[in-house]
Amino acid sequence: MAETPISPAAPPPAAAIRLEAVTKRYRGQAEPAVDALTLEVRPRELLVMVGPSGCGKTTTLRLINRLLDADEGWITVDGEDTASLDPDALRTRIGYVIQQVGLFPHMTVAENVATVPRVLGWDRARIARRAEELLELLGLDPADFGDRFPRELSGGQAQRVGVARAMAADPPILLMDEPFGSLDPITRARLQDELLRIQGSLAKTILLVTHDIDEAIKLGDRIAIVDRGARALQVAAPERVLSDPADDYVREFVGSGAALRRLGLLRVRELEPGHWPALPRAAERHVVRDELIASGRPAALLLDEAGRPWRWVTARELERGGEPGTEPGVPASAELTPAATLHEALDAIVRGGVGAAAAVGDGGALHAIVDLEAIMAAADPSRPSQRTAGGEEAGLVRS
Amino acid sequence: MAIAVGLAAAIGGCLGILVHRRPRATGVALAVTGGFLTIPSYALFGLLVPVLGLGGAPTVVALTMYGLLPIVRNTIVGLRAVDPAVIESARASGMGRRERLLRIELPLAWPVILAGLRVATLILVGVAAIAAAVNGPGLGEDIFAGLARIGSATALDLVLGGILGIVALALLFDLVYAAVGRATISRGLRG
Ligand SMILES: Nc1ncnc2c1ncn2[C@@H]1O[C@H](COP(=O)(O)OP(=O)(O)OP(=O)(O)O)[C@@H](O)[C@H]1O
Ligand SMILES: [Mg+2]
Repeated sequence: MAETPISPAAPPPAAAIRLEAVTKRYRGQAEPAVDALTLEVRPRELLVMVGPSGCGKTTTLRLINRLLDADEGWITVDGEDTASLDPDALRTRIGYVIQQVGLFPHMTVAENVATVPRVLGWDRARIARRAEELLELLGLDPADFGDRFPRELSGGQAQRVGVARAMAADPPILLMDEPFGSLDPITRARLQDELLRIQGSLAKTILLVTHDIDEAIKLGDRIAIVDRGARALQVAAPERVLSDPADDYVREFVGSGAALRRLGLLRVRELEPGHWPALPRAAERHVVRDELIASGRPAALLLDEAGRPWRWVTARELERGGEPGTEPGVPASAELTPAATLHEALDAIVRGGVGAAAAVGDGGALHAIVDLEAIMAAADPSRPSQRTAGGEEAGLVRS
Repeated sequence: MAIAVGLAAAIGGCLGILVHRRPRATGVALAVTGGFLTIPSYALFGLLVPVLGLGGAPTVVALTMYGLLPIVRNTIVGLRAVDPAVIESARASGMGRRERLLRIELPLAWPVILAGLRVATLILVGVAAIAAAVNGPGLGEDIFAGLARIGSATALDLVLGGILGIVALALLFDLVYAAVGRATISRGLRG
């Protein structure tokens, strides 16, 4: 796919996938599995379709690559009506990660990944190169995993291979059906991060299906919240769905923790930093104490010679003076980065026990101090900021 | 006998592939091939000899008929046992019907089909003995020759020799099948 420069006059990009009033009724079922669904996936976006079990998500994906044919409505892929295309040819252009993974048990991992290139008749050397490349992309060492059989893989490894297989022939479109289902939360989070990393560099058109609203919020450029019959109730950016749910169903589906969930979307670098005193450790104690008292904060951050967070100290600890040989206050953690989510920042604040946490930039130097107030203001934009406008900038340190 | 196993495999395999998705056809195929096995061998030879004459032909046809059931049955069972998710993946990869059958379904069903071939072979080794009755070749000749001369000095030797020969043959085939299995079943399917 060639990159077309976007000029102001250019028409909006045509949908990569468009479903128009698509209905599918399985034989013997009273209710249609997909009921007049209209949905558009834009080129190079990751659209997450999220809805309860049995609401027709898998059916929708199977309609797009014509594993099923729609009863009513039509579907276009890159502007072409799929009904007019040869199903097998269409499928080689669309990578599909099925819900049950479905690796071929009699083939090695490398052979599994090579499936579509083989169907397309690539030569052996190119296939082998491509299989290696993809395994590496998904964090599996080709030398170790290439010759294994699916039964020799863990669940997470098998799901990675499933994703690699779908991407093998470099299709512009990927359909992913709960690609990280049935994994433990840690592996799941890691695979989600990897998908975002891969998508950051490859920019495929992806329609991903899940019933996990948190996964949808984390992954989606936009999310489509669907109900029974794959009826789309709201299709919007995750922030929008959280701050402005279309109706009560969406509000309920998003759950009571909507504000908390927004914390997983916002980054430390987007925050207005808190005004906390931060001084070099060599500073005179009375100077530190004066600034601390002037700031009205419970603690001040001392920085080492390289400007890295060193220790948090309170006014009382400064006054006491401490015995020689012992350091005042508590060590400052420096794990938080500007790219961390507010969720992680909140965690760091709660664990730190000071009421604030230091975020560090490259090299570990202090970037900003994050506090609860800043997080609360960001999580709920409608809430009036309690910060005094034009406040004292003295203690604020920014890189 | 090898010819009969080969014929039964070819016919039974194709039949199994044709009917395994259709419950009604599966029922008919199993009933008919199962029916063959219930025909007493003498009766079957009796039916075939007038049509095909004495000698090799009726033997091969009869043996083929006896060998069909385990092969058809196992082909159907093996193909049906292929995980639908695997077939879905194969379809989604753009594989056509033929390619799917050859590259995915048959290799996955192969261990079960091979077990069917083995059972068919063992049945035929046993039945082949009777081939002697219609002048076909086989170890059965010795047994029948011995039985015919029961009481004479060599009779017991002939009968025992024939029986031992059949047992040895059965064991030999078992070894051959084990070796074929090791050579042709994907490591990914073995425990
Ligand atoms: N092959 C089929 N034949 C008949 N009904 C089916 C078939 N497949 C799915 N259904 C029905 O269609 C509806 C939608 O199924 P679908 O698999 O699309 O749901 P889903 O959203 O993917 O659910 P899940 O999250 O559990 O995977 C369900 O009510 C299901 O029972
Ligand atoms: Mg599903």
